[in-house]
Amino acid sequence: MILYLLKRLAVLVASTAVAGVAVFAFMALLPGDPAEIALGVNATPEAVAALRERFGTDRPPLSQFADWFGGLIQGDFGTSYVTSSPIGPQIGDRLGVTAVLVLGGMVIALLIAVPAGTFAAVHHRNPLGVTISAASQVGIAIPAFLAGILLVFVFAVKAQALPSGGYVPIAEDPRAWLLGLLLPWLSLGLVQGAVLTRYVRSAVLDVMREDYLRTARAKGRGRMGALWRHGLRNASIPVVTVLGLQLATLLVGAVVVERVFVIPGLGDLLLNGVAGRDLLLVQGVVMVLVVAVLLINFVVDVTYAVLDPRLR
Amino acid sequence: MRGRVNAGLIAGAVLVGIVVLAALVSFVWTPHDPTLVDASNKLREPGGGYLLGADKFGRDTFSQLMVGARTTLYVGIVAVGIAALIGTPLGVIAGMTPRGWLAELIMRVNDLVFAFPALLLAVMLGAVYGAGTLTAMIAIGVATVPAFARVARAATMQVMVTDYILAARAAGRRRAAIAVRHVLPNIGSMLIVQASVSFAIAILAEAALSFLGFGTRPPIPSWGRMLQESQELLFSTPRLALWPGLAIALAVLGFNLLGDGLRDYLDPKLRRIRAER
Repeated sequence: MILYLLKRLAVLVASTAVAGVAVFAFMALLPGDPAEIALGVNATPEAVAALRERFGTDRPPLSQFADWFGGLIQGDFGTSYVTSSPIGPQIGDRLGVTAVLVLGGMVIALLIAVPAGTFAAVHHRNPLGVTISAASQVGIAIPAFLAGILLVFVFAVKAQALPSGGYVPIAEDPRAWLLGLLLPWLSLGLVQGAVLTRYVRSAVLDVMREDYLRTARAKGRGRMGALWRHGLRNASIPVVTVLGLQLATLLVGAVVVERVFVIPGLGDLLLNGVAGRDLLLVQGVVMVLVVAVLLINFVVDVTYAVLDPRLR
Repeated sequence: MRGRVNAGLIAGAVLVGIVVLAALVSFVWTPHDPTLVDASNKLREPGGGYLLGADKFGRDTFSQLMVGARTTLYVGIVAVGIAALIGTPLGVIAGMTPRGWLAELIMRVNDLVFAFPALLLAVMLGAVYGAGTLTAMIAIGVATVPAFARVARAATMQVMVTDYILAARAAGRRRAAIAVRHVLPNIGSMLIVQASVSFAIAILAEAALSFLGFGTRPPIPSWGRMLQESQELLFSTPRLALWPGLAIALAVLGFNLLGDGLRDYLDPKLRRIRAER
């Protein structure tokens, strides 16, 4: 297990480094000189040169990269060329908001998918089980931002029960914070729940055909009892994989949902950065999101090994 | 032996057929010019030649939906095309030499690209080259490459252990010939299924990108941007959000059902397993 963990960790570190090179190289293609853009067309060559020196963009790309990546490792994302403010703290603030959004969405997805998927599997021959499968197929076809717009229409426009957007920090007003996040959570959770339901259903169906489950039933356990005791752990292995992939999807979905509900998360920061041509900011946010995806994959692999010792 | 045609396959084919038909017809006819700004028709209610009404610029919603179908299919075809053309050969190579260093390299790079979702790639591309339909298509296509490579690799590995591959190798056929003559035809059905599923994902991605302003530029109609434009009017004119939303959902549902149906139809083994359940 330790050897497996170390191996997997090495892959994670290597992937992060390569991703860093890729992001940096990609953004280095950006036409235009940040110093010239910052000073405008009337700047004197001396002023541009001075600013270039201050930004460090006059140095060779390799040394720029070493600086940027070295800073990242220590949590320093550099200083924005556009706003002259440090990028790290901004990303830190926004990361918390996005994380709460994504985790809330995941919890709702699980709360929907585990019961619904198990039910659909156990009752796969009767109409209600089939209806759940069909409903999940429809849910998959709805993008999170569309779900968001629909939810706003139902709960904010028609029922006027929940706010249509905006974000209140939890420290300011916990009640407003919760009410404001309900619809964004639901937007992400309903759609991902539909996707997950299908996987839970198929995983539980697979387990239900196993001999050990028949043995448990033969020993006198009820259908749900046998499933609870012997089935769910085995069914959880494929589901955990999908869950990991889903978390990555949710992270991206959050970027769009933040736009729908005007939530100041990472996605909002990223899009503002692009609009303001804030190169370093975009680079930093993209890197954080990519590392988050890599980390999720790492955790999935390790969880996999814990759940199923045969895979180690 | 082929499986039976199932209800999902038919429903999927019908939905996809409607989208394709709308897109094709839009080349020769739309009820109105979808880009014509006409203040006198501002937020016009449905009826009187405007089947679904008009938006805040007086543009006919139905005509926009028709041309939007064209945009959706265009982005989907190019993106899936890019993914299939790059991903399939990589997957076949990795699958034919599963223990080689090349296969290892391909799959590691694959994993890395997988960490860059289409949306992130599109935003980065947009930041560098300016956002538009082209950058959206390339980003979605590149982000879909890993899915194709994985499916092609898994399918190739299954084909490689069959007797006919052994026979071809015994007959002295070269690897490239085996790949083209024996592997590709036999993994084709898996790739078609993957293409259909990827198409659905591409539609979702295009809609999200256009919604964010990183996809198709105005004035070319796009379902995602129609949704984005409708959001501010959600309180007064919700139908403007309803129609493009419905179009996106039905198109995605169609391609997903088509993919699932094709999988059952083209792979009777899988169907039999399902029937047992």
